[in-house]
Amino acid sequence: MTTAAEIAARAEREDIRKRWLLSTPALVIIFLAGIGPLLVVVLYSFLTPGPYGDVKWEFSTDAWIGVFLQRDMFDDTLGIADAHLSIFLRSVRLSFATTILTLIFGFPTAYFIATRPERTQALWLFVITIPFWTNLLIRTFAVQEVIRNEGILNNALIWLGITSTPIQILYTDWAIGIGMVYVYLPLMVLPLYASMEKLDFRLVEAGYDLYATRFQVLRRIIIPLVKPGIIAGSILVFIPSLGAYVTPRVLGGGRQMMLGNLIELQFGAGRNWPLGAALALTLTVIVTVALLFYVRYAAQSEQRHG
Amino acid sequence: MARSNFAIKRQPGFATIAIFCFALLYLPIATLVVFAFNAGRSVAIWEGFSLRWFQQAWNNDLVLEASIRSVQIASTAAIIATVAATMAAIATTRTKPYRGLTAKYAFINQPLMIPEIVTAVALLIVFSRIKVATGYSGLGYLIAAHTAFCIPFAYLPIRARLESMDLTLETAAADLYATPWKAFTRITLPLLWPGIIAGLMLAFVISLDDVVITEFVKSGGQDTLPTYMLGQLRRVVTPEMNAISTVFLLISILIVTLFFFISRRRT
Repeated sequence: MTTAAEIAARAEREDIRKRWLLSTPALVIIFLAGIGPLLVVVLYSFLTPGPYGDVKWEFSTDAWIGVFLQRDMFDDTLGIADAHLSIFLRSVRLSFATTILTLIFGFPTAYFIATRPERTQALWLFVITIPFWTNLLIRTFAVQEVIRNEGILNNALIWLGITSTPIQILYTDWAIGIGMVYVYLPLMVLPLYASMEKLDFRLVEAGYDLYATRFQVLRRIIIPLVKPGIIAGSILVFIPSLGAYVTPRVLGGGRQMMLGNLIELQFGAGRNWPLGAALALTLTVIVTVALLFYVRYAAQSEQRHG
Repeated sequence: MARSNFAIKRQPGFATIAIFCFALLYLPIATLVVFAFNAGRSVAIWEGFSLRWFQQAWNNDLVLEASIRSVQIASTAAIIATVAATMAAIATTRTKPYRGLTAKYAFINQPLMIPEIVTAVALLIVFSRIKVATGYSGLGYLIAAHTAFCIPFAYLPIRARLESMDLTLETAAADLYATPWKAFTRITLPLLWPGIIAGLMLAFVISLDDVVITEFVKSGGQDTLPTYMLGQLRRVVTPEMNAISTVFLLISILIVTLFFFISRRRT
C-alpha cells in the first residue's frame, strides 16, 4: 500500500526530473561553446607551441613560466618578463583609473537621477541606458573621431587658444582611459542608482536636524548607506576594463596594448598558443577572484541588513 | 519657516556634474551622426549637407553582405537561445531548492562571468580543430558561439517575469482538471509572453553587437557588420563609416526602446 507521503515524494522526484530535462538544452549549449572550450584552454596552457601556431602534444610548463618570467637570450637565466609586466601593470592601472573616474562622475549622476520626481526618473534612466545598449565598437569609434588630432576636441582647444598645435591624445594611454570611462560609465551609474533609489531620506533629514553640513551628510550618511552600490558598480566596471580588447585596439592603435591585446598577439603574430592560453587563464583567475570577493561581500551585507 | 524650504535631497554641484555627464555621453554619438551627413570627406570639418555616404554604404556590397550575415546570425542565435532560456527559466523558478539548482544558475550565467577575450580564444582553439577535422567551415560555429553567450541575456528577463507572475491562475487551471501541457499553453505561456519577447530582443541586440568573439571565430569571408567595421578602422576613415554607424545605432535604439516598453508593462 502506498501512503500519501510516498505519493508526494514520488511527485517531487518526478518534478525534479522534469526540471533537469527542461534545463538540458541551455546547459548543453553553454557547455559546448563555453565551459568545455575553457577546459581545453587549461590543457593547451601545458603544451608546447607548434611552429606555425597551434600546439605540439608535448607537456611543458614553459607557458606558465613565460607569463611572468623570461629567459635571457645570452646567458639563459630567468628574469622578470618586463614586456608582460608592463602590460599587466598598464591594464591594472588603467582599470583602476577607469573605476575611480566612473565613480567620481557616476555618483553625482546616479544621485541626480534618484532624487528626480518618480515620473521623470524612468526617463533619465532610459537616457543613461541607451548608450549602454548601443554597439561598443561604434561608441569607441565615436570617441576616436572626437579626440583625433583633426577632431573636434583639438579644433575646439585651438579655437579657444589653449594650444596652437593639436595635442596627440589618440594612441596614448589617455585615449584608452577616456574611451573606457566613456563606454563603462553606465555600468557604474545603474547599480549606484539601484541602491540610491532605496535611500531613506528621513535619515538625511535627521542628520540636518543635528546640524550636520551637506558634506557631513554626504560622507557620514549617504555614502555608507549606498556602499553596496559603490562596490557593485566598481566591480562591474573593473572586470570588463581589465579584459578590454576593442577599446585599446581602436584607441591605443596597437602601440599601447592591454592584457586582451597581449593575449590576441600570442594567437596571431606571436604564434605561441600555450602562452596565450596561460595569459587568458591568468586574466580569468583575476576576474574570478574579484567576483568572489564581491559575492562574499554582498552575502555579508545582506546578512547584516536582512 | 526657512526650514520648510530647505531641500534635504540637494547636494551642491551634483546636478551640474550629472548634466555634464549626460552631455558628454551624447556628444560623441551626436558628432558621429552629424558627420554622416557631411558632403566632404572629413569627419571633423563640416562642408555641407549630403546623403552621399549613405548611398555609398548602400552600394558597398561588402557592407550589405556583412549586414545580412549579422542579421542571419543574430536572429538564429536569438531564437535558439530564447527557447533554451525559457525552458531553463521554467526549470529554475518557483521551486523548492533542489540539488544542483545553484550550480545551474552558475552554469547559465557563466558566459557573463568570463572575459569575452578568454571565451574568444577558447572557441578559436576548439573550433579550429573541429574545422580541420570535419572540413565544415560554415556559419554554424558563429551561431553556436552567439547562442551560448545570448542565453543568460534571454534568461534574465524571462526569469524575472516568471517570478513576478501570479501562481493562483495555474493552480486554478489544475483544479479544473487541465493537463499540465494545457495549463502551460493556456495560462503560463500567455502570461510569460512579454518576458519571452523581451529576452528575445535583448539576445538579438547582444548578438548583433558582438565584436570580440565573432572576430576570433569567423572563417575567411564571414565578416559581420561589427567585424567589418573593426577592419575598416585601420584605414583612413571616411564618413561612410559614420553613415553605417548611424543606421546601426538607429536599429539598436529602436529595439531597446521597444524592449523598454515591453518589459515595463505589468500584468
